[in-house]
Amino acid sequence: MHDLTYSFLEGIKIAQRALWANKTRTILTTLGIVIGVVTVTLMMMIIQGLNSSFQRQISFIGSGTVYVEQWPWIVMDDWWIYRNRPKLTMENFQDVKEQLELAEVVAAYTWTVRPISFKSNTIDRVGIVGVTPDYVYTGGHVPEYGRFVSELDNRSSRKVCVIGADIKRDVFDPYNPIGRHLRVGAHSYTVVGILERQGTSFGESNDNYVMIPLNTLLDNYGHHRSLSIVSKAKDSNNMDAMVDELTGILRRSRSLQPMEDNNFAINRQEALTDFYKRMTAGIYIAGLIIGGIALAVGGIGIMNIMLVSVTERTWEIGMRKAVGAKTTHILWQFLVESMLICSFGGIVGLGLAALGGAAMDKFLPTSLPLWLALLAVLFSSFVGLVFGLLPATRAARLDPITALRQD
Amino acid sequence: MSEIIRLKNISKIYEIGKIKVPALKDVDLIIEQGEYVAIMGPSGSGKSTLMNIIGCLDTPTTGNYHLAGEEVNNMTDNELADVRNRRIGFVFQTFNLLPRADAYHNVELPLIYAGMSRAKRREQTNEALSRVGLAERMKHKPNELSGGQRQRVAVARALVNRPSLLLADEPTGNLDSRTSYEIMQLFHELHQNGNTIVLVTHEEDIAAYAHRVVRLFDGNISSDKRQEPRTGMNGGFAAKPEENGEAA
Repeated sequence: MHDLTYSFLEGIKIAQRALWANKTRTILTTLGIVIGVVTVTLMMMIIQGLNSSFQRQISFIGSGTVYVEQWPWIVMDDWWIYRNRPKLTMENFQDVKEQLELAEVVAAYTWTVRPISFKSNTIDRVGIVGVTPDYVYTGGHVPEYGRFVSELDNRSSRKVCVIGADIKRDVFDPYNPIGRHLRVGAHSYTVVGILERQGTSFGESNDNYVMIPLNTLLDNYGHHRSLSIVSKAKDSNNMDAMVDELTGILRRSRSLQPMEDNNFAINRQEALTDFYKRMTAGIYIAGLIIGGIALAVGGIGIMNIMLVSVTERTWEIGMRKAVGAKTTHILWQFLVESMLICSFGGIVGLGLAALGGAAMDKFLPTSLPLWLALLAVLFSSFVGLVFGLLPATRAARLDPITALRQD
Repeated sequence: MSEIIRLKNISKIYEIGKIKVPALKDVDLIIEQGEYVAIMGPSGSGKSTLMNIIGCLDTPTTGNYHLAGEEVNNMTDNELADVRNRRIGFVFQTFNLLPRADAYHNVELPLIYAGMSRAKRREQTNEALSRVGLAERMKHKPNELSGGQRQRVAVARALVNRPSLLLADEPTGNLDSRTSYEIMQLFHELHQNGNTIVLVTHEEDIAAYAHRVVRLFDGNISSDKRQEPRTGMNGGFAAKPEENGEAA
């Protein structure tokens, strides 16, 4: 064992010297490995980044919450089926709200897009969300200042609004928005509350909304809208039971015959998670295949250059053997050299991947955990080991006489 | 005096396809400690084969070979590597120095393979470099040294593990006459200090420095004579002009 570590350390020195002497060749040879490592590492970094940001972003949906809507969140196929469905009405909402026993809260909302303005500040397109008062209990939309939409606001279609943190900043600054009037399209609303900052999800701000009472929205911007019905379960571990109950209520409310399919979508966090998993699995596999091919090509390049190196240095191997190098000494020398080239490629690739990740961080979240960095370098040196085996064995088996005779 | 080399009934037969080519036929040779022997012979005489066997680079087909009392004819490759490391110092015609390593590292190399500690290596390497008069040049790389200096580095490498036998294969083949003389002078000194030297050459002028000349012809020892060695730089070298560097 002492002998092994010894030849390993000595091998590193020899390899450094040999590689340094052939700088251009070393760099060119490494290119394949660099590309492979960049590909795999970047893919992994993106997936890591997506994973953590996805978890963060869907957390506001809440795993205990179910959304009944005309459209499913993820439409993969016959979109026209969903388009022709009857809208979800106020009656449907009332039925659910009255009958759904497994729910703690049932709220409804719908939305439109309107320009808003305060004094000379205008934003052309802002999401206007009409909500029932209970909506505050279904997700993260909690007022930081002032209050939320009240029962009375909704029943009387009052012109009040609760604004997101971005609206406060972009439109009202430096004024305190509470009690001031915000123009939304053709109407004017009194600001009664400001929502806590939510942050962004999937690159979109969650703080640029204006919330008004649901009835106000329907009255002012038209009743022909499909509602989203949000139900929060009493027991978030027993979602399926609530979904079953909800489905029954809605089928009755929408007068569906037993043979007919549901003409509404029940959207849950799981649907997103499933979709996400399917999507990233694709990226994962594609990344591994592309990276694997690049690494294999790189590895073959390494093997090739190592074979050339063995041929070039036949006399050197012969001399080393003549002065007492054993088979393992020579084997290690070339294995270490090949591993060193590949680790070098791995480190360069890692650096490039980190730079690339930083560059695309604006539109695609990435993260480079330590284990990934170590894995990248370790794996590339493993590639060096595998593809260095053949040349190293060939070198180690050289007959010292043949080796010496060759010039 | 004790025997360093004892070859008994050594034969070496190369098989090229189905044809058997005998390179050595029943060679017997004893070389005592402290001898200075030149092995001569035309190409194809078996000279190189004999040198490879003496140098433990090759094993005989039949016969016994004792090197400093150890029977080496049936050893494995790794055992032979070990014997070469401990017992033999090689000096090659083409120097065979690592071009990117300095003189010190080149000389140190056999000690590394011997698994010697760094401190011990430094001591022996410095000693060997001083022995050949290159202590001041140990940080120089081969391309920063003259031909003669390179060969002296190679001699230092051969001496560094304090071998029983110094085995030189055409050591002056790539040197001009002046440096050849220098190297032969060095060999002479090493011999004076008690080293056993076996020199393989095809040049009479070089062989003239040895105390004993063994001539091979067609795989047999054709003559084995002791002689009064030449010591000075008279004749010989000066008359050996252009062929330098091509002798093989």
